[in-house]
Amino acid sequence: MKIHEADARRIFSRHGLPVPPSELIVSADQAKAAAEELGCPVVVKAQVLVGGRGKAGGVKLAATPAEAAEKAESMLGMEIKGLTVEKILIAKAVEIEHELYAGIVIDRRSRKPLMMVSAAGGIDIEEVARTSPEKIMKVIIDPLWGIMPFQLRQLQSFLSGEREVARQIGEALKQLYEAFMAVDASLAEINPLVISPEGKVWAIDAKINIDDNGLYRRSELSELRDESAEDQGETEARKNDLSFVKLDGSIGCIVNGAGLAMATMDMIKHYGAKPANFLDIGGSSSPQKVLAAMRIILRDEKVKSILINIFGGITRCDDVAQGIIDAKKELGIDVPLIVRLTGTNEERALKMLEDTDLITAASMDEGVEKAIEASRS
Amino acid sequence: MSILVDRETRVVVQGITGRDGAFHAGQMADYGTQVTSGVTPGKGGMKTDDGIPVFDTVRQAVDETGANTSVIYVPARFAADAICEAADAGIQLVVCVTEGIPVKDMVLVLPYLRERNTRLIGPNCPGIISPGKTKVGIMPGEIHMEGPVGVVSRSGTLTYEVVHHLSQSGLGQSTCIGIGGDPIIGTNFLDALELFREDDETEAVVLIGEIGGSDEEEAADVIARGYPKKVVSFIAGRTAPRGKRMGHAGAIVTGGKGTAEEKIAAFKKAGVDVAETPAQIATFVKGLLS
Repeated sequence: MKIHEADARRIFSRHGLPVPPSELIVSADQAKAAAEELGCPVVVKAQVLVGGRGKAGGVKLAATPAEAAEKAESMLGMEIKGLTVEKILIAKAVEIEHELYAGIVIDRRSRKPLMMVSAAGGIDIEEVARTSPEKIMKVIIDPLWGIMPFQLRQLQSFLSGEREVARQIGEALKQLYEAFMAVDASLAEINPLVISPEGKVWAIDAKINIDDNGLYRRSELSELRDESAEDQGETEARKNDLSFVKLDGSIGCIVNGAGLAMATMDMIKHYGAKPANFLDIGGSSSPQKVLAAMRIILRDEKVKSILINIFGGITRCDDVAQGIIDAKKELGIDVPLIVRLTGTNEERALKMLEDTDLITAASMDEGVEKAIEASRS
Repeated sequence: MSILVDRETRVVVQGITGRDGAFHAGQMADYGTQVTSGVTPGKGGMKTDDGIPVFDTVRQAVDETGANTSVIYVPARFAADAICEAADAGIQLVVCVTEGIPVKDMVLVLPYLRERNTRLIGPNCPGIISPGKTKVGIMPGEIHMEGPVGVVSRSGTLTYEVVHHLSQSGLGQSTCIGIGGDPIIGTNFLDALELFREDDETEAVVLIGEIGGSDEEEAADVIARGYPKKVVSFIAGRTAPRGKRMGHAGAIVTGGKGTAEEKIAAFKKAGVDVAETPAQIATFVKGLLS
């Protein structure tokens, strides 16, 4: 789960990181008041959950409260990569001498947290990793010890030769790790971490992604989810315990299991068409889940046929068949449905579907070919 | 032969009185697995409908029934504790079916297991089966048959699809391992390849990967350096958009890394046949073994 910069800044502050004061606003008047209170210059920052908002005009400097109001006015309602700007952060501006990068992820190879820092901050860190890997230092963190003092010394001296600045950096990195662990983050990033001309260290941006699996024990964080940044189908899918990703093709897919669902999409492409979505109904699926899945897919008007591809294990084919029959009745589906059911209770399921106008397929290949054919007729 | 599990495997089912645990304990016993016992804290002393004794702790189950392998069906919030409990009781192989365990828990669980020499398969996996001998997990047993093909996969139902094609083509399996769809897992492709390397019965290995991480690339490196068995691979997620999690917590392309193209290229460079569809896997394996 991605959270907004304003929320990430609050979490960072709580762990002692030096974050410049800021206020979240929703109108030009509020922007002016905030700028007056904080003292100019201020930075006007659009709160949208996508990267590259600076380049898209979503981050601007304002020298006076009037200018802050004006910039906020033009930013509110603006679209950045398909998302509408509804909230803006007014943050006290900091003079910048150097920009650094600091981030933590869970490293899949070592199976431990990994901290990465760079003296080249403020830009895309993946680009730095590709073009000048010598500007990056990584340390793997033992989760039992946490980040150790010697590791902090290595990192801070890599980033600054000035003792007092280095000390502040080390302190900030320690706090970043503490924040990362405290919220079950999958990523925590400060880009940039800046050094001011007076030698003071500031975290002027904040990014945190939270591990969805950890949310059950961080209920206060669940409230930070911004559903407006999600596709409507994705929100509805999550509430029905389905996994859904919208794509731009014409063949809807309902599949049990993530791997099989991806393989189904790939096969549609292989046979020359495009999938409309990824949808995994999960393991023990009930007729209600199938119904919800249909409703989500049918919202997309580009969908010309729907392929239901089920390899039953825990999933019972008759449950899915019942869901399909219910959906036909309730939703009045007029796009062709192609059904491939193999595995647990397959015979019973096929019997249930006998007197319907559904197109059945004996294999995944056949199902995909029939779905493509049906989408074109 | 087979790897990790065979007729001698003695299983304890953690979470045996839950809906999934109870159902699959019965399914495993029907397949011929020695399901010796189950564990549900607070329900020790009872027996399941299938007559399997239930204990309060894994240690009791091990002491009383000689269980050496555990399979876990407990809810995500209790799963890390359950895995560690099994390791502490001396269980050498733990199969964790549970989906949704926080990554931070797994980061702490794995060093705990290493200290006790316990191998973990999963989490978020269908388990492991040596056809004709034993199954420890949730896969439908009847689609499998005994034979020379080792299967290792990050997926559940996609593996069933592939195994179904293999069996229909007369290609039986030595052992099929579902290693799980999470970013942090106990046994990865490399570990499975090393186990199959030493297994006399396994003549070919099918490796089913997907987007996210770099396990497939590392496996390709090992194969390129010299691997004694034929390998066929398949990568799911060629059409997956970047930055979106595709169902599995580990199936995500981040920062342009972990794409299907990179993985396919790595395998091709290592001389591994990469199938375009699940059905094609069986065709390739048949070609290599004839």
